[in-house]
Amino acid sequence: MFRNTYDSDNTVFSPQGRLHQVEYALEAVKQGSAAVGLRSNTHAILLALKRSSGELASYQQKMFRIDDHVGIAIAGLTSDARVLSNFMRQQAMGSKMVFNRPIPVNRLVSAIADKAQVNTQEYGRRPYGVGFLVIGLDHTGPHLYEFSPSGTSFEYFAVSIGARSQSAKTYLEKHFESFADCSLEDLIRHGLHALRETLQQDKELTTNNTSIGILGLSGVHESAGTSVNFRILEGPPIEPYLQSMQPKEVPPPSSASVPPPTSGDEDVQMSE
Amino acid sequence: MPDMSAIVNPQQRQFNPYAENGGTILAIAGADFTVIAGDTRQSEGYSIQTRYAPKVFHLTDRAVLAVNGFAADGNMFVKKVKQRLEWYRHAHAKDMPLRAIARLIQTMLYAQRFFPYYVYNILGGIEEDGTGAVYSFDPVGSYEREACRAAGAAQSLVQPFLDNQIYFKNQTPAQGSSHPAHLPLPDVLSIVIDSFTSATERHIEVGDGLEMYIVLAKGRTLPDAVTTLRPQELPSSAGDGERVFVLKRDLKKD
Repeated sequence: MFRNTYDSDNTVFSPQGRLHQVEYALEAVKQGSAAVGLRSNTHAILLALKRSSGELASYQQKMFRIDDHVGIAIAGLTSDARVLSNFMRQQAMGSKMVFNRPIPVNRLVSAIADKAQVNTQEYGRRPYGVGFLVIGLDHTGPHLYEFSPSGTSFEYFAVSIGARSQSAKTYLEKHFESFADCSLEDLIRHGLHALRETLQQDKELTTNNTSIGILGLSGVHESAGTSVNFRILEGPPIEPYLQSMQPKEVPPPSSASVPPPTSGDEDVQMSE
Repeated sequence: MPDMSAIVNPQQRQFNPYAENGGTILAIAGADFTVIAGDTRQSEGYSIQTRYAPKVFHLTDRAVLAVNGFAADGNMFVKKVKQRLEWYRHAHAKDMPLRAIARLIQTMLYAQRFFPYYVYNILGGIEEDGTGAVYSFDPVGSYEREACRAAGAAQSLVQPFLDNQIYFKNQTPAQGSSHPAHLPLPDVLSIVIDSFTSATERHIEVGDGLEMYIVLAKGRTLPDAVTTLRPQELPSSAGDGERVFVLKRDLKKD
């Protein structure tokens, strides 16, 4: 992207009718590690790739519980994510106190979208540098939303955000029609495959760097119970789901392999 | 002289923000369980406002709070405590330990020192070390851990009974034996039920119904004598942790 004179102030449009500061904020989301969301008729799940700054460091938290029936995965500035998730928790709790029912998920997502929009129109404020994938469960079933710092939110069957998320989107676009009737285990397997597409060369999903957030009835690998509440799975409990993935296809040996070493006399050895 | 008795002094009306809603609550701690009970009658003066207004609330898998005094303050206070527990869960991904909840209640009550919540709170449940615990509070947050406590309208009838039956006050044990340090659950439940039926007999503000909450420590099961009463188990977050059961009984409606 080229630097230009219309991108310093939030309140200045470019001649093309764009707000560059907002677009730069969207870049911050694209820099964050990937998060994938998908849903069936009975469940909504989030999967996230956790990043660590080095072998000695812990992995950055990517998922937050907002209420029993709402959870989020983040991509971008984690500090902004904490502020917005705190706000979501306040909204959820306040709504429950006043109306004696869990907040409808679309209302909650609209609340943060409206809050984020303010920062795109007020002078001197910067947009939030984080995007959310929000899953929620209400009387109309499971839902999945994407929230972005531009102040827009959309509902999806499946979506992904963050670094190299286009690869995950391609997988999801290919398979989404089968999600509606999937069991929880199959849904998670699809999600893990999609998340794996975002990995760089020779990296893999492990129990350390993967987070799974689930809404809906317990699966076979979870302790028995009838709770549908949002829960985050991390560490060893993820192992059975990682095992259920199809092994990654190993690419065939490259034809540009190193030719046999030349003996000193011939000046050029053509490969066979 | 004209009739002096007809002269009336100036009168002023003032809104009274508090009301007395009657009722009684009680909690008894066992070795690895706690029972927290309250009647369900809500009254004002000689009128009954409702025969069923719960005064005992389940906060977490291991904590139950009973509130008595001014019902509006009691209900609101419970809602606010539940919100604070939810914030704790968000921040720490686990439930608050019982003695932390007790201290939290003190700070919440004292924060309103100059316009108090007119409630007597009794918090009961299982401590981090697995023992049964009862914490009782005054309206501005003074609190103490005890083995048993009664509060409310019939406090003066019930507490002395508990002192005798739980602490064995004014009783000498039989020759060669000593009073047990803790009573078993069926005995405690009988004491609770007898406390309430007796209080109902002699106090007009007590009656209609009784709700008893039983909090069991991890790994502890209900004795057969209690399962035959078919208590209702409340849903718990962890399969193998503390559990809460509820027993309901009718009390006389007069």
